[in-house]
Parts: sequence; C-alpha cells; structure tokens
Amino acid sequence: MTEAPALVEGRLEAHLRARRQQGRKLLVTYVTAGVRADWVQVVQSVVAAGADAVELGIPFSDPMIDGPTIQAASVEALRRGTTPAGVLDAVTSLEVEVPLCVMTYYNIVFRAGHRRFAQSLASAGVSGAIVPDLSLEEAGEWCREADDAGVATVLLVAPSTPEDRVARICARSRGFVYGVGRMGVTGERGELAGSARRVARRVRAATDLPVCIGIGVSTPEQAAEACLDADGVVVGSALVRRVLEGASPDEAGEFVAGVRGRLDAGA
Amino acid sequence: MTGSLMGSPDPSGRFGEFGGRYVPESLVPACMELEAAFAEAWDDPAFHDELDAVLVGYGGRPTPVTECRRLSERLGIRLLLKREDLTHTGSHKLNNVIGQALLAGRMGKRRLVAETGAGQHGVATATAAALFGMDCVVYMGEVDTARQALNVFRMELLGAEVRPVTSGSRTLKDAVNEALRDWVAEVDHTHYCIGSVMGPHPYPYIVRELQRVVGEEARVQCRQLLGGADPQWVVACVGGGSNAAGTFAGFVDTDAVLVGVEAAGGAAMGHGVPGVVHGMKSYLMQDEAGQIEEAESISAGLDYPGIGPEHAHLATIGRARYEQATDAEVLDAFSLLARTEGIVPALEPAHALAWVARQAGKEIPHGATVLVTLSGRGDKDVAQVRDLLA
Ligand SMILES: Cc1ncc(COP(=O)(O)O)c(C=O)c1O
Repeated sequence: MTEAPALVEGRLEAHLRARRQQGRKLLVTYVTAGVRADWVQVVQSVVAAGADAVELGIPFSDPMIDGPTIQAASVEALRRGTTPAGVLDAVTSLEVEVPLCVMTYYNIVFRAGHRRFAQSLASAGVSGAIVPDLSLEEAGEWCREADDAGVATVLLVAPSTPEDRVARICARSRGFVYGVGRMGVTGERGELAGSARRVARRVRAATDLPVCIGIGVSTPEQAAEACLDADGVVVGSALVRRVLEGASPDEAGEFVAGVRGRLDAGA
Repeated sequence: MTGSLMGSPDPSGRFGEFGGRYVPESLVPACMELEAAFAEAWDDPAFHDELDAVLVGYGGRPTPVTECRRLSERLGIRLLLKREDLTHTGSHKLNNVIGQALLAGRMGKRRLVAETGAGQHGVATATAAALFGMDCVVYMGEVDTARQALNVFRMELLGAEVRPVTSGSRTLKDAVNEALRDWVAEVDHTHYCIGSVMGPHPYPYIVRELQRVVGEEARVQCRQLLGGADPQWVVACVGGGSNAAGTFAGFVDTDAVLVGVEAAGGAAMGHGVPGVVHGMKSYLMQDEAGQIEEAESISAGLDYPGIGPEHAHLATIGRARYEQATDAEVLDAFSLLARTEGIVPALEPAHALAWVARQAGKEIPHGATVLVTLSGRGDKDVAQVRDLLA
C-alpha cells in the first residue's frame, strides 16, 4: 500500500470498511435519479434488499461512458425534467441507513461551481461523488473542495491504467476505489471480463481502501466471481434496465436481494 | 502557457484556461500514448516527408488562393479565397485525416473510427482508410445521415461502415459520444480520428498542427498577390474550428484581424459559457444545470454546441473575434459566390462569406484586403439547397 488517505475517514469509507470487516462483500447499486416518479422508492427498496451503498446517477445530456441502458434512463430522466437541484432536494428527505453517492459528469459539477456543488451534496446528506470523466490530472480542485465538505471523491482505475498511476489514483481516492471491470461503456454483458478480477488484484495491491468492481457486472454469478478478488461490486445497468422495463420498487429489490444472497453465499 | 501564440499548449494540454483532458480513466493512457507518438512524429523529418508526399501527390496540395474579381467589385473589397474546396474529397478535412492515419500506422493501429456531421470528415477518413488499407467505422447522427445521404453512400463506396447514431439529438455531438464509446472498447487496435480541433489533449493541438498547412500556404500566396503584404482580414467558418485554426496559425503573428464565423444556431462563442464536454474545457451551449444544448443550423458541419479550446482562448485574449451568420444570409452567400465567381461553396464556408458580405463597406472598410478560407465545395449541399430554395 502507498500513502494512506490523509484525511479523516469519511462516512462512506467508514461504513464500507466496517461491513468488509464483518466479512461481508459490498454491494453498491446504481439508480438513475428521476428515471421514474417513484425512483426514491426504488432506492429505498434496494437498500432494504441489502445494498451497502447507493450510487445516484444525476442525469447528463452527454453520458459518454454509459451504454444504451443508462443512456436511455438519462434521456428519460431529463425528459421528466430532472435537475441536479431537484435530485438533491429529494435526497435530503430520504432516510436510508447506508451512504449515498452521486455519480454524474463533470460539466454538472463545473457548472454549479466546485464549492457550491460539494456543499450542496454535503447538506443533502450525500457522502460520496463519482465523476467518471474527471481524470486524476484534472481532479485536484474538485477533490479539495469535496474533501473540505466531507464528501468522498471515488476515483476509478481501469484495465488500461499503468502501474504507477494505479498507486497515485488509489492515494487520491476516498471512500473506495472503483475498479473498471472492462474496457468499454456501462452495460450488461454475458460474462465477466477477465480484466475485472485482474483490476481488483492490482488495486488491492496498491491500497487498503475497499475496491469495488463495476461496468459489466450484471448477474449474481458475475458479482460473486468479481468478489473472488474484489471487496465488492457496483451493479448498474442490470438494475436500471429492469426499472426501465417497468419493474416495481419491490421487483427491483428482489433482483438486488438475489445478488445479495449470492454474495453472502460466498464463492 | 508555453511558447508563442498558437504554439504548443501547456503540459496539461491547455491554451490559457481552456483544453485539458477530461476523459474516463480507461482513455487516459491512450491519450498519453497519442501525445507521445505525435511529439515523436512531428519531430521526425521522415514523417513530414511522408505526410507532404501524400498531401501533394494524392491530396492535390498546395491549393491555390483565388482572387475574386466580380465579387470583389460588388462588395467593394479585395477578396481572396483559400481554395480548400479543391483538396481531394472536397474539403480541408483531408489534411487532418492523412496525418492522423499515418500516425495511427506508426502506433500499430489498423482501425479508424470517426464522427461526422456533414459527412466531409467521414468521407475523408474513409478515403484515408482505403488509401492505407485500414478498417473504418464512421458514426453519424441519424438526422445527418438523412440530410447528407449522398455522403453516406460515398463513405460506403470507400469501404467504410457508417453507423447511424440514434441517441440524444442525433447530430454531430452525439456522433462524438458514440465514437468515444467505441474507442474506449477498442482502444488497443483503434485510433479515434477526431475531425476538428476539439476533444481531449492532444487532439486540439494535433489537428491544428495538421491544418496549419492551410494558413502557411495562404500566407505565402497572399504575399505574392498583395505585393508582399498580408491580408487585413482573415475569415473562416467555425464548427469545431479546424479550418479556422489552421488558417489563423498562418496569420496570428501578422496584423490581420482574425474572424471566426459560427452558425447563429450553433454559436458556442456567441451563446455559450465555459464548460466541459467531449474531453475538453471550452465554451459550450448549455443550460443552467450544465446540460449541453442542441445546435441547430442549416449546415450539418457547424451543428456543434461547442468550439475548440484554442478558439476560446484566442477570443478571451482578444486575438480573434467570433461572429455569426444566419441560415438566410448563408443561402444568399451560397448563391452569390456561385453566380459571381463560378464556385459553389459548401454551406459551412458560406457562413464566412455571408459575414464578409454583410460587413463589407461597414466594419470591413472599402478597399480592404480579405482572405476567406473556402473550406469545402458545395456539391454535398446542392440537393439540400435546392429543396430550401424551392
Ligand atoms: C467544408 C467544411 N467546412 C467546415 C467544417 C467545420 O469544421 P471545422 O470548424 O473543424 O473546420 C466542416 C465540417 O464538417 C466542413 O465540412
């Protein structure tokens, strides 16, 4: 492990570490905020079904690292008039016992202003942020404001990331490290890419922060396979597709419970 | 900021405060590899020899500067046109594409992906792929495949696969997103051949350097025509801004007033504010929340809500001005050039002509010397203009 995070451990990291400590594999679920009128109930339902943290997608007009499912959800959420402020308002009154992160693209952050956005997350009770188009080199200013506001900026390590960068990214990441499971955009795949477990091992070797693998983790089996090397997984498109297809909050919860059960059953 | 105006960007890929590299981590190493490969190639005389040989022997360079006699008389100015419409494939896009394809070859990549709006960059990329025996996939918004159907067929004729893009506004900006998505998944063997001075570092720099030939040739040619003087005004249309950047690079250290002309419905400098999309920080048309707005113009090639970061910088420091032309003015200018000079321009450079026609005798004083980059020929637009004028 390289440098330990210089900061006080935030809520996201503390929570995930504590659950890992109990021998539990971590399940982070992604939901596009505003995709349906009852998206908040979907969030509550997936938490009740055993998610350890929820990633709330604030929709962006040009989601370049997202595949067709999350693109469609973003289009739908924007069509419904979803705004960053509206999402954070809804989150403020949301009572769930796990930490919430937002996932959005950098222009949303930049347009609001770093400090204002960080503070608005903090006051809405959001404890982490994932901004996938903000590379390590560009992340400095935002990360400082987020740190000051007590919001953990989760950085990503990709299969293509060279070794020295893995160490630097892990040193700057807060909360957990997001291991990109495959080269490509978000979306369901028939099988887990070989790169997923390799990335998990490389991150593991560089940091003691929890490592969760996302992008292309679509089934309970794939989640369990990734967790042979990772501390957890991020499941997005597989859940969002069900929501787009009309799954009720309970049905969305059942899918998540299936993943939870498979992770708890072990390898 | 290192170097002089229109030199290299700073180590973070910035021109002033604009530019940078805002891409997912998966693509960062590819951008770094490209940056290193370009630096090495651009320092290598053998690369320049190879590039120049293709541009001359295949591309038809140098292109002439034509002095407009009847139109000059009509406008009361001395109007010169840099004739990129005479480049093989009919626009300046070839200059960029030949360079990037050679670069891809040096990096061992045999597959090119590109976005296209009007289809000119797609045609140029398909052409280079055919010439060098590479695979080629072109992403084009569904709106554009309809209005530029002939160019779709041209690309297919050249052996490229054209993939219509149905996401978002289904125009150029969405085609860029799709090309980036393809690149992330196929980056090992694929080069993203971006079509303008936009995208993450090093693209805005690479594309400007590859288009610099336009401005450098024009400067020498103008001096011959103008008795050793430089033109007083240098005007080019701006979508992403590559023909303008290449042109301006030849004149930035002269006294010429540099003018970029945007489509009124796609005016990132005119209506935008700073933001980040497609890997770069620049001026963008966007709403209060930061959602990118859809551009709307008669010309598919200028239907882009952003602008290359170096233009944002040139505007900020006051070295270049950015103006607009409306669809109606553009149609007038299109016909005007055809009738007075026997040259049918593409709708994109007709924006530059339209602004000059509007300002001649007003902001542009009577008798002033004006160079306009005629970035492409109008064949692709003839059917659309016929319908619009009907
Ligand atoms: C003829 C022509 N000119 C100009 C443009 C706009 O591109 P840029 O601003 O990069 O020169 C296009 C784009 O398709 C074009 O086809």
